[in-house]
Amino acid sequence: MNRLELPENDWRRVSPKLVVVELLGGMIFLLVVLAAGIALYLLHVWWAATAFGVVAIIAIVNLALTRRRVRAIGYRLREDDLLFRRGIMWQRFVAVPYGRMQLVDINRGPIARGLGLSELKFVTAAAAAGVTIPGLPEAEAEELRDHLVSVAESRRAGL
Amino acid sequence: MSEARPTEPVATSVPETVARLTDGEWHRLHPASPLLKGGIALIAILGIVIANLRERLIALFLPHYGEQGDPVNYIIDNGYVLQALLIVGGLLLLFIAGFYVSWRMHSFRITDEVVEVRSGILFRTNRKARLDRIQGINIVRPFIARLFGAAKLEISQAGHDANVQLSYLASGATDDLRREILRRASGTRAREAAAVSGTTPAQNVLDRRVDEFLAPELDPAAAAPESVVKIHLGRLVGSIVFSGSTVFALLLVAGAIVWISTTGEYYALIFVLPSIIGFGSYYVRRFTKSLRYTIAGTPDGVRVGFGLLSTSNETLPPGRIHSVEVSQPLLWRPADWWQIRVNRASRTSSRGAENQANTTIMPVGNRADVTKVLELMLPDFIGPEAVAFIESGLVSKGADGFTNSPSRAAWLRPLSWRRNGFRIVPGSLVLRKGAIWRRLIIVPQPRLQSVAVKQGPLLRLMRLAAVELHTVAGPIRADLGAIDQDAAIVFFGEVARVAVRASHSDTTHRWRSGEAPE
Repeated sequence: MNRLELPENDWRRVSPKLVVVELLGGMIFLLVVLAAGIALYLLHVWWAATAFGVVAIIAIVNLALTRRRVRAIGYRLREDDLLFRRGIMWQRFVAVPYGRMQLVDINRGPIARGLGLSELKFVTAAAAAGVTIPGLPEAEAEELRDHLVSVAESRRAGL
Repeated sequence: MSEARPTEPVATSVPETVARLTDGEWHRLHPASPLLKGGIALIAILGIVIANLRERLIALFLPHYGEQGDPVNYIIDNGYVLQALLIVGGLLLLFIAGFYVSWRMHSFRITDEVVEVRSGILFRTNRKARLDRIQGINIVRPFIARLFGAAKLEISQAGHDANVQLSYLASGATDDLRREILRRASGTRAREAAAVSGTTPAQNVLDRRVDEFLAPELDPAAAAPESVVKIHLGRLVGSIVFSGSTVFALLLVAGAIVWISTTGEYYALIFVLPSIIGFGSYYVRRFTKSLRYTIAGTPDGVRVGFGLLSTSNETLPPGRIHSVEVSQPLLWRPADWWQIRVNRASRTSSRGAENQANTTIMPVGNRADVTKVLELMLPDFIGPEAVAFIESGLVSKGADGFTNSPSRAAWLRPLSWRRNGFRIVPGSLVLRKGAIWRRLIIVPQPRLQSVAVKQGPLLRLMRLAAVELHTVAGPIRADLGAIDQDAAIVFFGEVARVAVRASHSDTTHRWRSGEAPE
């Protein structure tokens, strides 16, 4: 296999319930796209209908891969940094030293809140890092946040 | 303020004006500040409005006044002198009172820990900045302010428009004031003597202005080292003429000529002429702003100055440069010229050459200049080894200390795969890329925010990967594509390790705290 793999391999995974959230969100998106596409088809705007059709097909493929995509999300709390991974086709690994933390956000969307899930966002001075861990059970998210804040405090660095 | 912080006695050798400004009490700005900050513009606009609407205004206030004769005569003849004088005098008083109150309400103080500014008449603002978080101190002297002997001191902090502006201060004191603020920020324990000016300032006000105007950008009494890079006029002109925008301008002109000669219609000129004028003003602006460019190392960081009529001169303390890029536009290649840009945590509102934020540290220079500037900015880069290393980073075709792309990456980087690579050196992470637009990106290890490794389907097919080094936002993106997958994983692990270690041992927020007290 050519896949990227780090030497260590004990990832903490996110809740499988995230699949439900992603599926629901994806289906709503798909329905909107389909409705628009059908409307355009009935109005005989062929090129726009085709474009929406293509988007719908991509959305369906995306839906089919949801379970695997959610399983690919993981994070590890190492001694001095947070390691985060996501993606199957487009794999991405990020390592952020705890001391670089500027703030931690916890967000809950409407569907995720219904299932008791939260999303934790680790913000540094660099905009490109993009460490956002979705699908954490509420208690775990809050515990993780408190942990991150405390380790960031003890390893604080400047900018 | 209720909290009166007992300030330590300041060393006697600090010039008296500065000692007074930094005693921790509230002070006011230069009395001409309201005028310089738009007062003059306001009066000029008023003048223009009155001049243009003269007839209307007369008709409005003097309905019985006919079309004939001079309004002043009319006023005198009809005995309205008193009213007219009252109105004019009242307006003047109102303006002066407004300026005076805004000046009175704008005050600042500098203690050992913070610099604080409060301003505003109806809407008060109070801004407080910690000295150890200073990202740079900029002294700007706009042309008109220089005539008044005033200068603007901008203390930049991380973030968008997070500057503390002291506009305006007496020009002569700003250099010393900056040195004193930096000394306090540096955390030096030794209350060492700041060099006192040996020259006696001219007594006459006019002479003093002339002195200040002619004085070099860098105060010679500040024991400032010579600028390490000198841009000759020819090189500056050449660098601007042979920039990418010239190519664009030439293409535009050529296109217009072809268009006009083939169709015989002159409509194209309507589109082309304004853009030619635009290019012209861009060249002039870039030229005047890069004139008298200086860069020098001081104990408190790198100082970069430029400008002929309006000057700007900024000191960047150590550890405030988040990444450095040495690059070469295609047309500069025969002359072997390079430019250096940096990423910084602060965005200043004052603009540098080329109207960008002050991120261009060296507008143009040859390879020796690049080496000198990099030595200033990255203290770990010293000695012949570093010189050789920078040389190889800039022009090498590969096969040196860098870990380069494997040959199978030639499909993705047909020209540059031999030199497309990375290297970890003490204190820094270095990325090298591009064969046509050659670039060398250096990220100081203690400034790295995070690191990522990525792989898309195409790269996976070829067992390649891409890495990104994340720093604060700026013109430079430190990323590198198409390197060997296993090398990328090793690099990722190693960088994550050194980033943690470097940020632990980093003391640049109090950059001189390690020095022994005298």
